[in-house]
Amino acid sequence: MLGRRQVLAGAAAALAAPAVARAEDAVGVTATEIRIGNTMPYSGPNSAYGVIGRTEQAFVRMLNEGGGFAGRKINFITYDDAFSPPKTVEQVRRLVEQDRVAFLFNPLGTPTNNAIQRYCNQRKVPQLYVATGADKWGNWKEFPWTMGWQPSYRTEAQIYAKHLLAERRDFRLAIVFQNDDFGKDYVAGLRDVIGAERFDATVKTASFEITDPTPDSQILSLQGTGADVLMIALGPKAAAQAIRKTHDIGWQAQRYLTNVSLSVGAVMQPAGVEKGVGIITSGYLKEQGDAAWRDDPGMNEYRAFMKQWMPDGDLHDSNTVYGYALGRTLQQLLTQCDGNFSRENVMRQAASLRDVAIPVLLPGITLDTGPQDYRPIQKMQLQRWDGRSWVRFGGLIEGAEV
Amino acid sequence: MDGLAHQIVAGIATGGIYASVALAIVMIYQATHHVNFAQGEMATLSTFIAWSMVQAGMPYWVAFFATIAVSFAIGVVVERILIRPVANAPVLTMVGVFIGLLLIIGNATGWIFGYTTKVFPSPFASEKPLFGGLVSAHELGSTAVTLTVLTLVWAFFRFTKLGLAMRAAAYNPRSARLVGIRVGWMLALGWGLAAAIGAVAGMMVAPVVFLDPTMMLGILLYAFAGALMGGIDNPAGAVLGGFTVGVLENLAGAYVVGTELKLTVALAIIIGVLLVRPSGLFGRVVFSRV
Repeated sequence: MLGRRQVLAGAAAALAAPAVARAEDAVGVTATEIRIGNTMPYSGPNSAYGVIGRTEQAFVRMLNEGGGFAGRKINFITYDDAFSPPKTVEQVRRLVEQDRVAFLFNPLGTPTNNAIQRYCNQRKVPQLYVATGADKWGNWKEFPWTMGWQPSYRTEAQIYAKHLLAERRDFRLAIVFQNDDFGKDYVAGLRDVIGAERFDATVKTASFEITDPTPDSQILSLQGTGADVLMIALGPKAAAQAIRKTHDIGWQAQRYLTNVSLSVGAVMQPAGVEKGVGIITSGYLKEQGDAAWRDDPGMNEYRAFMKQWMPDGDLHDSNTVYGYALGRTLQQLLTQCDGNFSRENVMRQAASLRDVAIPVLLPGITLDTGPQDYRPIQKMQLQRWDGRSWVRFGGLIEGAEV
Repeated sequence: MDGLAHQIVAGIATGGIYASVALAIVMIYQATHHVNFAQGEMATLSTFIAWSMVQAGMPYWVAFFATIAVSFAIGVVVERILIRPVANAPVLTMVGVFIGLLLIIGNATGWIFGYTTKVFPSPFASEKPLFGGLVSAHELGSTAVTLTVLTLVWAFFRFTKLGLAMRAAAYNPRSARLVGIRVGWMLALGWGLAAAIGAVAGMMVAPVVFLDPTMMLGILLYAFAGALMGGIDNPAGAVLGGFTVGVLENLAGAYVVGTELKLTVALAIIIGVLLVRPSGLFGRVVFSRV
């Protein structure tokens, strides 16, 4: 007669053995396809980011041409949310409940991902590699089903603070920040490294509401405090205004600029290219315009991909480089899943990236995650505006452990 | 003290932006007794038209006046086609139409011209900021333009027969019609003028806040506040109201409550003013017999 223990052991073995068979029952996975969901602002004020979604679609077409994964093709379902959180909720519910996708990949936007984070975690749907730099996506304890990808704004600010402390012994720092998750991360990151006591005693901050027509008044107040270093944590339009204003009033402060607003066409040119000379920001992706990558094998792979799969795309748009990098990340993730596309395994694999090299990331930057590390990229390199382009300098800097 | 002067001048500069948009709001209110929520979007569209002309190689001032003419025509067409059929409908219908107009024009602008930020040229460009960085040539020039437009509007309503006819058509359509004024066309004219003033405002604002389809979204709120504070039926009051909001907001932010609450304080002051003087600082008190 079989003992109870033996029966249980046998049952467990039967359940565990054929991993592939189990995957057949996984949500969003059939014998022929894996359904993956995504939301993007294809319309509305932030539709410039929509090109990321289009690049990812092109990448998925390429993967499918190459045979897909474990005999399955990817069905990449991407909907327009116009960067509006209520629409994101609606589209994500549709993805999860009607389309029954296996997981969400790279949905874009901080407020939009905020709106679906609780829902995804309650339903245990992986909300993977979200396209936003807010720091909260690294919170594996509270939200184990959500993970970021790019360096967080807070990490970025920590890097600026490290550079600042290395450069100058004495400084008086001022921060103008957009009054939301994005801007506040910079205040937090600078505080992490400078130290709470010194920060509270010496640093002056001024908040900017996105409804304010200009940040001029804030810039004037901060100049009045006698600060000689200014962190500009504003979206592109306000950043351009701030760069222009600081120059026009003759404020000779060392300016640091969030890399959200490093666009040459949308920020530096409107502000006036000569008004931004000396500004420091940071990057982690290679840029098509950077002469250093003219014959770079990694960038050549990207160019070849663009030529064949996205012939109408703009090589110089950093959003397509970003989309390509995410495509490579998806490829790595699905390869690592090794035929088991259940939500649990997708999440487990997403949290076990080791030294994953992505050809369009700056040399030395790799993707690394763990069950307690939901921040894949934590290193960046500084770059300075010389009046025509961003020039990289110094080595890679890593964010602080907090 | 230097900081205070800077804050006041910067406040006057942004106040000038609010004032020019407030003027357009008052203009349409004068002519039709409605507040047009799509005013900002119409001004943005006009600015894009000017931008296209400048991009096509037209000299700035030619494009400037051509845009005013085109915008005037657009205003008249909008009134004739969209507003006229609902002229006698309840206020809520009008509000619905205005909001519809706002969405249609706003999205159409984005669809045609794209959402990327564009640089709009200023006719008052100077290499160096004036008065030791206190004020830029554009701020000075655009304030002058706003005041010029104000003078023209005032003179138009005060001294011309057409202006008088328009006022009559707005205040008392029935009597106006009885004395031979073509009320329908007066309303269309009012829309045209408001659109033209909006175009001027847009072209003065764009070099400061940069041109994109959402350019006017934030500004319109402040402009409403300025118009209400000065008196919605008084052009000079609205302009002064606009300047006041700009300065108040800066002073409150810099010295009183900090940047987070500066708008709140400015709006609280406005509500305070309206509680004491419901028709605005310079508004006319209207009595109606019931």
